Amino acid sequence: MSLLDVKNLCVDFNTDQGTVHAVRDISFTVGESESVGIVGESGSGKSVSMYAVMGLLASNGAIRGGSISYGGEEITETAFANHKAYEARMSRLRGNEMSMIFQDPMTFLNPVLKIGSQITEVIRNHNKVSDAEARARAITLMGQVGIPSPERRLNQYPHEFSGGMRQRIIIAIALANHPRLVIADEPTTALDVTIQAQVLDVIKEMKEKLSSSVIMITHDLGVVASFCDRIIIMYGGKIVETGSAREIFYEPKHPYTAGLLKCVHNPEKKEKLTPIAGSPPDLLMPPAGCPFVDRCPDAMKICKLKMPEMEQYSKTHQSACWLSEAARRKGEQHG
Amino acid sequence: MAEHENKTAVATTASQGQEPPMISVEHVKTYFDVTKGLFSPKQIVKAVDDVSFIIGEKETYGLVGESGCGKSTLGRTMVQIHPVTGGRILYRGKDVDKLRGAERKKFTREVQMIFQDPYASLNPRMTVGEIIKEPMEIHKMYDSAKEREERAAELLKMVGLKPDHIRRYPHEFSGGQRQRISIARTLSLNPCFIVCDEPISALDVSIQAQIINLLKEIQDELGISYLFVAHDLSMVEYISDRIGVMYLGHLVEEGTADEVYGSPLHPYTKALLSAIPVPDPDAAEKRKRIHLAGELPTPINPPPGCPFKGRCPIATEECGKARPELKDYNGHKAACIHI
Amino acid sequence: MDMTKAEIMLDDSCFERLDDSEKNTEFIAMESKTYLRDAWDCFKKNRLALGGLMFLLFMILMAVLVPIVSPYTYDAQNLDMRNAAPSMKHLLGTDKLGRDILVRLMFGARISLMVGFVAAFLNLIIGVVYGGISGYIGGKTDMIMMRVIDCIYSIPSMLYVILIMMVFGSNIGSVLLGICVSSWIGMARQVRTQVQTLKQQEFALAAFVLGASHFRILFKHLILNCMGPIIVSTTLMVPEAIFTESFLAFIGIGISLPQASWGTLASEARSVIQSYPLQIVWPVLAICLTVLSLNFIGDGVGEALDPKNR
Repeated sequence: MSLLDVKNLCVDFNTDQGTVHAVRDISFTVGESESVGIVGESGSGKSVSMYAVMGLLASNGAIRGGSISYGGEEITETAFANHKAYEARMSRLRGNEMSMIFQDPMTFLNPVLKIGSQITEVIRNHNKVSDAEARARAITLMGQVGIPSPERRLNQYPHEFSGGMRQRIIIAIALANHPRLVIADEPTTALDVTIQAQVLDVIKEMKEKLSSSVIMITHDLGVVASFCDRIIIMYGGKIVETGSAREIFYEPKHPYTAGLLKCVHNPEKKEKLTPIAGSPPDLLMPPAGCPFVDRCPDAMKICKLKMPEMEQYSKTHQSACWLSEAARRKGEQHG
Repeated sequence: MAEHENKTAVATTASQGQEPPMISVEHVKTYFDVTKGLFSPKQIVKAVDDVSFIIGEKETYGLVGESGCGKSTLGRTMVQIHPVTGGRILYRGKDVDKLRGAERKKFTREVQMIFQDPYASLNPRMTVGEIIKEPMEIHKMYDSAKEREERAAELLKMVGLKPDHIRRYPHEFSGGQRQRISIARTLSLNPCFIVCDEPISALDVSIQAQIINLLKEIQDELGISYLFVAHDLSMVEYISDRIGVMYLGHLVEEGTADEVYGSPLHPYTKALLSAIPVPDPDAAEKRKRIHLAGELPTPINPPPGCPFKGRCPIATEECGKARPELKDYNGHKAACIHI
Repeated sequence: MDMTKAEIMLDDSCFERLDDSEKNTEFIAMESKTYLRDAWDCFKKNRLALGGLMFLLFMILMAVLVPIVSPYTYDAQNLDMRNAAPSMKHLLGTDKLGRDILVRLMFGARISLMVGFVAAFLNLIIGVVYGGISGYIGGKTDMIMMRVIDCIYSIPSMLYVILIMMVFGSNIGSVLLGICVSSWIGMARQVRTQVQTLKQQEFALAAFVLGASHFRILFKHLILNCMGPIIVSTTLMVPEAIFTESFLAFIGIGISLPQASWGTLASEARSVIQSYPLQIVWPVLAICLTVLSLNFIGDGVGEALDPKNR
């Protein structure tokens, strides 16, 4: 059984300009101790879908349909008697069973509280432990994520830490209660490459130690290539392709995935960059068909009218594109 | 001091006879005084500390390094946003700091900058048309408003937007579209040299490639030179002819893109290259990573010696003694005593 | 969604390549709205602010029309009709010298509103220019300009008013001058802080690199971008000035009789408050409602111009 099972999830946001359909009918699963990468551009719905899972949507956003189940338990708000019951359950889960690593540590850390008290708070929220015990655990955690001399740094404030160190603290807080599911929302985007490499190593190491599942939200294909077992590609609020890292990088089926791979420069291969023309769709008025139609080099008439179904290529590899159907028809005509 | 003046004199005489290079950065220093209060000890941030390089016609010079290494400060110093603390910047043989009147006006027209954040670099209260036309108005280019309007529409087309976007406001555009607007604004002055200050780091992957290719196309068409400042090393390799690697205000390595990426000399460059995440699972597995401990130290009152010694895997006691000079190895330069 | 799925027949024509012209590239779904239009749409949704604006417009209209249309003048005394109660002849009654209260009230409205708006306008100009220059230049100039402000601020504003009145006599000009001497300081400080943060923004740097003059950068780029808070403070400055003027008039430092602002009317009515309490109600009500509605407008404008609401 999978740890997280999301079915037909839809998320809308109300704005001055109208309703933004940020996530439109996505389904995916995450297994035990699996690492999954969700890749997409800004506005593709990758972060929103995960915030919806955590029950952390902004006040103008709401889940409009679908279901989310965690470890077999339904955690969609509609499955609870009322909002209060839902919130009560979610706050038991959040930070304990599932937790999140945020992109910007400074917005997450309280600037006027000492680092130590911020870590022990998370531990004591979910466990009945003494002050000293929580403190000891915090020190071990800080050591584990690679913060030098944790006893001393426990008494410092967030602004006394560098960006990379703050991100390590966020990781320590997220992992304090040994969660089964960790969602990392662009954890290294704000960091420099050498620091990014360090932070990714820490996440990887901790994941192995705790055998948790990790969902890595990112726009950087380089990050998921070395980190994730399975990759989900999102575009325009929809999942367009999922597959193992090798399937995605070496046999992409969806033109968006293929295009994305041609957009990143690999200095080891001297290839010319081929950008994807145009801009991402405006989700105030999402297209009826495939969201990628306006930028796709191989777009067909049908693509504008109807969203293609997910097609299975292997046990792990799925993609939603009309091109395979077109190829099949051509084959029939010739045969 | 005398030695320093000597070197400058040599550089000037060497470039005499033939055309001076488009941009010549000579021992440039940009310091900031960050002393707090009247009576506390003086605190000087040496953001850029004695950096020299040359950029030729139609050349792209890539400047890479981690945040805080001074690459953006150097870019901004070149367009006079920050004053030069020491050394000088020559544009076509003339000291940029000493330009006055018509010559200075010409400099502000020919040397331009593209900024990092496409959300902050466009005035939110102006329409796209007003934004693109403003530089032409400032420099009194074209005779009539109608001609400027036509030119603005033409520029919008050139960067891949529609002429009817001219009446819209910046907030209605996506990040990539805004960056293209800002490129169109820059091009309205027909510049010769553009400082690109991390122009793609705030953009999505598919859009980054668009902007990079657009910049390349423009270069081919108009023969512009670029200083390309970025922390994304793989993109810098793609667009640059020559690359300089900065660390803590110093230039630690310089060479052609192939030299720097293919056979890096400086241990910092090696570590930096090995830390880039490659979009290729097999290659990522095979690759050997050089793990760098620690982080960039602060540039406030830095200690003497090699700036990289604290994190360097091959550092010895020797490194703490004097700052290594940038030495020439057949055109490929590096500042490390262990090569 | 399901409807369309059923309707589309999957024939071969559906699988023809889409022409580039059929693609909707660089499409913007958002409706194009100017800044002011957007702000007005937001302002309209605020009922209190809209009500305040209506009342203010009504008050201005009355202040202009009533003294013209009415058969009475503000200073014509009718000693036979002293302290008359409201009637058809005198809608709000008459005062102790038999003058029509409505006409005097509306004449007072002219003075009070004018003082309010002119003072706010002067504050706007002085504060924006002073604060803008101080914040933009920065460094030593900024420090000196700010210390000058501190000096002005250290003397109580009432003292300025009394001194000015003594020198220039009690007329509307000296009242305005008295109110303006120190009240622009808040505006200047606010603009200075705004300009200081905005001048570091990339669009201001971009303007500099493009060769824009300092005057252009300051007024076209920086001031234009802090117009929101500036307009809000200006709107809130109007009721403040009206209040100050009324207060001065009430304690007897103000424009000379028989002209009357609302404060003067209230002060006059005070002497007959025991026998004719209604007379003091009118000017006080006028002050309260006007100040209240201006405050509502200020809040509404603040909300409408706040970039966070977008």
